[in-house]
Amino acid sequence: MTRVLLTGNGAAAWGARLAGVDYVPAFPITPQTEIIETLAHWMDDGLMDSRLVTLESEHSMMTAAGAAAAAGVRVFTATSSQGLLYAMEMLYTVAGWRAPFVLVNVSRGLSAPITLEPDHNDILAARDSGFLQLHCATCQEVLDTVLLAFLLAEDQKVRLPVIVNMDGFYLSFTREPVEIPEADAARAFVGPFEPGNIRFRASAPVSQAVAVLSGTAYSYFRYEMHLASLNGLAVYDELAAEFAQKFGRRHDAVETYRSADAEIVFVMIGSFALKAKAAVDRLRLAGHRIGLVRPRLLRPFPEARLREILGGKKGAAVIDQNISLGKGGVLFAELASALYGHQDMPILTSFIGGLGGRDLAPEEFYEMAAITRQAAQSGQAPPPRLLYTEEELLEVRKLQAIAQAERERLGVSAPAR
Amino acid sequence: MYRLRFHGRGGQGMKTASRILGAAFFLAGFEVQDAPRYGAERRGAPIFAYVRASRTPINERGIIRRPDLIIVADETLVAIPAAGVLAGITARTVLLISSAETPEVWRQRLNLAGPVITLPRSGTLTDPHELRFIGAACAGAAARLVGVIPRDCLAQAIRDELAHLGAAVVARDQEVALEAYDLLAEHAGCVAEIPETPADTYEKPRWIDLPFDAANLAAPDIFAPASSEMVPTGLWRTVRPVIDYERCRRCAWICSTLCPDSTIRVNEEGFPQIDYEHCKGCLICMTSCPSHAIRAVPEEEAGKATG
Repeated sequence: MTRVLLTGNGAAAWGARLAGVDYVPAFPITPQTEIIETLAHWMDDGLMDSRLVTLESEHSMMTAAGAAAAAGVRVFTATSSQGLLYAMEMLYTVAGWRAPFVLVNVSRGLSAPITLEPDHNDILAARDSGFLQLHCATCQEVLDTVLLAFLLAEDQKVRLPVIVNMDGFYLSFTREPVEIPEADAARAFVGPFEPGNIRFRASAPVSQAVAVLSGTAYSYFRYEMHLASLNGLAVYDELAAEFAQKFGRRHDAVETYRSADAEIVFVMIGSFALKAKAAVDRLRLAGHRIGLVRPRLLRPFPEARLREILGGKKGAAVIDQNISLGKGGVLFAELASALYGHQDMPILTSFIGGLGGRDLAPEEFYEMAAITRQAAQSGQAPPPRLLYTEEELLEVRKLQAIAQAERERLGVSAPAR
Repeated sequence: MYRLRFHGRGGQGMKTASRILGAAFFLAGFEVQDAPRYGAERRGAPIFAYVRASRTPINERGIIRRPDLIIVADETLVAIPAAGVLAGITARTVLLISSAETPEVWRQRLNLAGPVITLPRSGTLTDPHELRFIGAACAGAAARLVGVIPRDCLAQAIRDELAHLGAAVVARDQEVALEAYDLLAEHAGCVAEIPETPADTYEKPRWIDLPFDAANLAAPDIFAPASSEMVPTGLWRTVRPVIDYERCRRCAWICSTLCPDSTIRVNEEGFPQIDYEHCKGCLICMTSCPSHAIRAVPEEEAGKATG
């Protein structure tokens, strides 16, 4: 096993390489492109025995991925943000085909206004598509999770595509030490793809995407997908346990950090959760019983496990790096629905932070902990809070003033609305 | 934990510098994070890159709010607010600037309480076309200032990071980096690890409730046409093309057509004139000038050259 410095993108590429993928349909988009570039170089140098094809769009790329998976080969692909959205029609479609493959999404905020930095509104737009979702917090996790994701997708009890998610910049372009498993050990773990009855072949037409004109048939097919997704919870647990035994690294469906005896916990997904760990350590030094709970699986959502972990806690600060416009934090709503109606569940406070890569300061974690403690004491949760400071608004006001001055200088005014 | 930040311009090798330093820390037994930070990639535009290094696993991510060491490869960035060179600087932060000025000049200019060290452009790095090695010099200097990276780890890191560019590049970068490393021997270990704010004495974040603004203010619209002209992209330039009108043959169709940013206009006498507000310093005009009338002048000396 070699420990080297790798970016999240490099780690994703290593995952695909070690899984022995056969086919990589590709389309570039920042901050994902480095993944397919790396794979292309390796194939060029004869280090990977697989085929990379560039398509003319993410929509076609996703179609190619689903079609190839339906032909019984192991497929890997990657995208981000606008690309994921452009492929959205096919995301739902290929999941409906029950075609198992692995898609890495490198999270990036959505347009408009367009940005390059991360938040989770892109990946959450795919929440209901049938793809399973695994969210990573470190580059090591990205590599390991890609390996796990193939087994999860291909398992007969699941047979659905899987998205492995990492944050743009914070993981995709950040190097940190990553242990690359030995190729033999990785291949022994992942094994060959056993496609079973997934067999598109030349001159042997079959259809894997029939039309059904009755709610009866439609409900059956869709609910079967739901059940398959839920099966993913148990399958994932088994796979993670086997992985931990073979490689010595645990990637539980829900990561907990110093939460066993905690009264208050932070709940968040993705790489910003690492910041919460540092805050937990320092809050512990200041005498607070606090921890972190980080779901790695978002679909299927590990509800029972979360109830187990959160039961008996006094408060949970849910930090959403996303916003469902007109509602609020998605993770907050998901967690609330998982806990509602059960005994001894903590009060939940809701925070929106990190939109478009906006940083989260240590002081903000301390304050969120304090607010959640107060909510637990009073039994009354405050309204959701956007993490946004006076200085930040001043900065925006300054930009707006410049825009206004330039408009006046040019003699153009904003159109009346 | 060490928290270091490199500032430079696209093309000056800041990402590479952060990787060299990150790899050197890693070879010296540290846990490491290194990452570049930029928007749309552009040569000459301000970028920064950062390195974290710790004896224990790193539970931090993203931008460095309070750096222990700021390394500035290009002194012209200090005055550009968008470059954020001084962001989060504290009285304990060491500021290292590649500059011919003395540290005292910079301390006064910026009214800094903390230590300032200058890295003079060394004897072997005066040619403007060698500016791409400035990143290696900065990495070497930073390695010495933290004081925990042995010389051979620095040399090995450069070999590991740049091997794909060939032996000559590796040798030149090693030469430049080790020269800076040796030059700053007297400052070895001057960078201290600034502790993070404790959770019992923190200053409350000044959160506000974002007010509702009507859509004619809150929509991200651009109403004015040709507003890109207002962006002084000339600030991205590290090297300035300067026309010697004695040698110019007025075949201005060539340089004015080939300029990818349309910054060369032709005056009434038929001479080309460069719009330095928008010229990004790509030097395509210089390489295409048949009469060799255009030369490249490093931006920091350009004031003298163009008067």
